[in-house]
Amino acid sequence: MQTAFSKLDAVIAKYHGRKGALIPLMQEVQELEGFLSQATMRYLSEQMQIPAAEIYGVATFYSMFRLKPKGRHTIRMCKGTACHVSGANGISMALREALNLGEGEETTADNNFTLMEVACLGCCSLAPVIMIDERTFGKLTPEKIPAILEKFAFVQEEK
Amino acid sequence: MSFVIKVGMASCGLAAGAMDVYLAIKQHIQSSDLPVILKKTACIGMCFEEPIVEFWGLEQGRIALGKVDPQTIGSLMDDYLAGKQVQGNVILAEKQEGVHNELFGEQVRIVLRNCGVIDPESLADYEAAGGYQALAKALKMDRKKIIEEVKDSGLRGRGGAGFSTGMKWSFCHAAKGDKKYVVCNADEGDPGAFMDRSVLEGDPHSIIEGMIIGAYAMGAGEGYIYCRAEYPLAIKHLKDAIEAATARGYLGKKILGTSFDFELHIKEGAGAFVCGEETALMASIEGKRGMPTIRPPFPAESGLWGKPTNINNVETWANISWIISNGAAAYRKYGTEKSPGTKVFALAGKIANSGLIEVPMGISIRDVIYKVGGGMKTESPFKAVQLGGPSGGCIPASLLDTTVDYDSITKTGAIMGSGGMVVMDENTCMVDVARFFLNFTQNESCGKCTFCRIGTRRMLEILTAITEGKGSLEDIEKLEALAVNIIKGSLCGLGQTAPNPVLTTLRYFKNEYLAHITEKRCPAGVCTALLKYEIIPDKCIGCTACARKCPVNCIAGSVKQVHVIDQGRCIKCGACYSTCKFNAIKKG
Repeated sequence: MQTAFSKLDAVIAKYHGRKGALIPLMQEVQELEGFLSQATMRYLSEQMQIPAAEIYGVATFYSMFRLKPKGRHTIRMCKGTACHVSGANGISMALREALNLGEGEETTADNNFTLMEVACLGCCSLAPVIMIDERTFGKLTPEKIPAILEKFAFVQEEK
Repeated sequence: MSFVIKVGMASCGLAAGAMDVYLAIKQHIQSSDLPVILKKTACIGMCFEEPIVEFWGLEQGRIALGKVDPQTIGSLMDDYLAGKQVQGNVILAEKQEGVHNELFGEQVRIVLRNCGVIDPESLADYEAAGGYQALAKALKMDRKKIIEEVKDSGLRGRGGAGFSTGMKWSFCHAAKGDKKYVVCNADEGDPGAFMDRSVLEGDPHSIIEGMIIGAYAMGAGEGYIYCRAEYPLAIKHLKDAIEAATARGYLGKKILGTSFDFELHIKEGAGAFVCGEETALMASIEGKRGMPTIRPPFPAESGLWGKPTNINNVETWANISWIISNGAAAYRKYGTEKSPGTKVFALAGKIANSGLIEVPMGISIRDVIYKVGGGMKTESPFKAVQLGGPSGGCIPASLLDTTVDYDSITKTGAIMGSGGMVVMDENTCMVDVARFFLNFTQNESCGKCTFCRIGTRRMLEILTAITEGKGSLEDIEKLEALAVNIIKGSLCGLGQTAPNPVLTTLRYFKNEYLAHITEKRCPAGVCTALLKYEIIPDKCIGCTACARKCPVNCIAGSVKQVHVIDQGRCIKCGACYSTCKFNAIKKG
């Protein structure tokens, strides 16, 4: 158990004693593991002397914190106003169809993609927009979705 | 003069492929050994033409090219360098025809003065544009005089509420405390708004300079910029700018040789719309759940860690150095008596020229959309413009002559908001828009106040039922009653304004609600539950194109016979509708 936490310790040491450090600390910890597990949150609680309930409270309040593991690629589906009026719902349906995800499901069975809906990516002039990892795809139509996803599936096979 | 090339590399430019263009230009410069200075800049606001490249420095003057193709940019560079008139998609030009030359005519750029002009990652560029001279001037001024100047300028909070910035500063100045804070609210969460992102990415020093001046005037020693984490490029530019400004003595100890010390930090948001509310934002900086608290005490008396704190939004801060440099009277030359200055808007939706604009207050909404924004994107006529995001409302065509100022817009039932302007055409369903915003606020309600937490959920359920054809006439009364109570029973702006999208659509587009309820019909053809595709027998020639395109094979009929859609199996995807060349399919 102790070795698994050694990377965490380095991050904790960086923020220890700093005021208002909990959120940036949790962000950095999530960066390490892709999500916040119960064990990690308990460990943070012990080390930072902050009640576990408070850490869990923060983790569940902000949409960025994840309590479940994430797929290899993250798809951010923009649900902003401009995207909505430009047909984001159709894109969302096409994505769910192509990834075989049911209502409420986020991560594909092969763990390759996690689909997240976000409020606005701020690229309204390219609406509707999705972002896969760091790449933005704009002016989408449902027909374009399978080819875009293909690019990311291919990378995975190569590995 | 030498040939300078600037490539617009803000988020929207990058999303449109600016990096490939940049690399193509770099490659061309190296392979042909050209005497060219290549620079990165941010957003000049014409997002609909991205990627954008600007040439300047030679005889032909400045020219900007839109929708640049990495394949052809090299030959355009050669033409410019050879003194030839540049062909291609010239969007703005000094000495030749540019397709959008007239679009800039109505604009006044104070906040966006450097956006898309300077390299946001270069402090030297900002200084060359007059940057940090306002700070030098302010540090020689009496603190009260600075606050007076801001008060006289009439600048009102650009986050949306429109409170006098100078007044706010004077409260924080007067508050007693051993330590004070200034905060920049860069948690731009309105879906459909990207003004702050563009300023943060395109001119980070202008915000930093404004904050240093404000901190000096109010006696604050420490500041925070609370920026949403969804804007990685903005955060990077801010971090680099803070580092550069510190190294140069604009931040840190004994700023510009005076006894004034000021330290600036960045806090990344973690995804909560309510954190745009100032008390929630402060709770979030402190590392807690971002839930609003009762005011008073106002942040000016007891804010961050219980100390006097002043919070302004990105655009407000970006105005400050201009006001100090040019004076309150110069600022008042623009805008109206009660709303002086300019306002930045993000134009999006069904508008021809989506992008970022800055116009003087007092301009009519009609001019913003038709002159600056180039009118509608398609032939479908204008229906409404949404202002103020989830806290705002939809303004109909009959009110297009409303002027852009805080008070006139509030009268329509919408709000100025932070500057998102989403244009909607006849293909937009207003009940669906109201439902969209309620879904957003319902999701983002922090849960503290019962009316906001449960009331918005009830409203959403009613709206969903209406869009599915299950609404009744009483639902309209229920919506109105709930709206009044949510406004009364909520602590912060999120709840107090959440019903606005419903109230304004009910006020101006009640017939659409009634069509959904009584006729079970969605006039815009958006609400899928009410949508029906039918084949008009007289027009159908039996070409089978629709039947072949239908993903669920629910169109029956053989060659040269009238086809029929099986309504029970139709998924209402619209594929047949867009495929038919004979307008033989009716949507409604």
